[in-house]
Amino acid sequence: MPKPENGTKPEKVLVYRHRGVTRLTHWINVLAVSLLLMSGLEIFNAHPALYWGQKATFDQPWISMGSAEKAGRTIGVTKIGSLTLETTGVLGYSGPPGMQEERGFPAWATLPSSRDLADGRHWHFFFAWLFVINGLTYWIMSLINGHIRKDLAPSLADVAPKNVWREIVTHAKLRFPKGEEARHYNVLQKGAYLAVALVLLPMMVATGLTMSPGFNAAAPWLLDLFGGRQSARTLHFISASLIVGFILLHLAMVVASGAWNNIRSMITGKYAIEVPPSPAAGAAE
Amino acid sequence: MSDTTNRRGWLKAAGASLGALALGACDKIGMDPKAVGFVSKAEGLTRRVQRLVIDRKALAREFTPADISPVFKPNGSISPSDADYRAHLLKGFADYRLVVDGLVERPLALSLEEVSALPSRTQITRHDCVEGWSAIGKWTGARLGPLLDKAGLKKNARYIVFHCGDTLEETLDGSGQYYESIDLIDAYHPQTILAYQLNDKTLPVANGAPLRLRVERQLGYKQAKYVMRLEAVEDFSHISRGNGGFWEDRGYEWYAGI
Repeated sequence: MPKPENGTKPEKVLVYRHRGVTRLTHWINVLAVSLLLMSGLEIFNAHPALYWGQKATFDQPWISMGSAEKAGRTIGVTKIGSLTLETTGVLGYSGPPGMQEERGFPAWATLPSSRDLADGRHWHFFFAWLFVINGLTYWIMSLINGHIRKDLAPSLADVAPKNVWREIVTHAKLRFPKGEEARHYNVLQKGAYLAVALVLLPMMVATGLTMSPGFNAAAPWLLDLFGGRQSARTLHFISASLIVGFILLHLAMVVASGAWNNIRSMITGKYAIEVPPSPAAGAAE
Repeated sequence: MSDTTNRRGWLKAAGASLGALALGACDKIGMDPKAVGFVSKAEGLTRRVQRLVIDRKALAREFTPADISPVFKPNGSISPSDADYRAHLLKGFADYRLVVDGLVERPLALSLEEVSALPSRTQITRHDCVEGWSAIGKWTGARLGPLLDKAGLKKNARYIVFHCGDTLEETLDGSGQYYESIDLIDAYHPQTILAYQLNDKTLPVANGAPLRLRVERQLGYKQAKYVMRLEAVEDFSHISRGNGGFWEDRGYEWYAGI
């Protein structure tokens, strides 16, 4: 709220930052993506190895998780190419003391937590529907209301190397604009949001469908696009990992640039920015 | 300043406890039969949309001999211990008869020789296990459509049930016997065959000798092995636990196109 202050302290004004449909689809997406990630790991755990190509090359996965015996005890092992990592307690072998078992991802990361592929699939496909319907709503509404064109599409000035570099430096220093500049997304935000909304999330659906033997008959070109069903499974996993990476970075930026202000703006739509004090209070907007 | 730090601290604590709560709640909900029952309701939607977007006659991708997996990984039963099956195996399936009955005009009992004389098809296709792996093999077998026409399906027949020679799980009520079922769309699909050869050789026991179903646009658990009897039915709710298949009785989807 703008406080009548004497002098130089800037005033805070609330601006309308996020439309209702953006906020609603954001939170539904949070729910759907979280449960898809967890049930996806449950499904992955049924065969914790990934391959490239049409078929599985069982003795040569590019990544695999499992257990092994070392000095009389069982350890978790993750193999990536020719690299072997000991990942006991997290990947390959985990569980509470005395109840450890061989499993890809640990119980706390999977839905359900126990080994149950059938239920994992039910959760996954239910939230896949929610995710797709919600994503289409976001896309269509964002095209209609201009969210993509006005808020997300970078301008020429945005993508100027000098500007991009400046944004990288200020982000690295965790210095975020508070004034007029904060009314709009910066180029790194635009790039990240567009990459997630237009590339990574649709990639999950496309690679997911490519794993379907039924859908393969309807759209065999997807197999050619991704290089086979096992490649699609690998790309599904890599895209999901990139989404997890985005979520972690996104959460870190939310906290670093003012957790409360950001969270409020995604709930009520109102975002506080600082403007130079005006002589006449209340004339800011 | 201390106000913001406090608020941050409070937010952090709230976030952490919410996270823990969500994880705990997630786990509880994840196992709750009601919650699982609710999310399972999407299965009907998934099945219908697949039927809608996948042309009934659309073929599964066929591959080249160079794509064939060096070893076609067997899964499920790989050497049935059922007495009847062992007896057939000992005699080289000489007395084996594929029974076709249920809602048919002319019940059949065909020897392997008779099955091999039926219209056949050879196809190099990909087998997708529900676990996530795939294997490519070359299958030769009798096309199911002409076989069913030979028996003559009655008007009310809607599904073909495949009764198998293997017990995959020991149970008191016999519900551990493997079986599967498909509808007539898949039964009459040109690539749906009862395979007696894998990679140009007699079908090995591990892969389902003497006959295994290939219904190429669905997952591995639909590809019933050790097929003994085909039964045409109007519905399958009276068979075993009533869900149309061994794995379907254990929570998996009846239509396994994804």
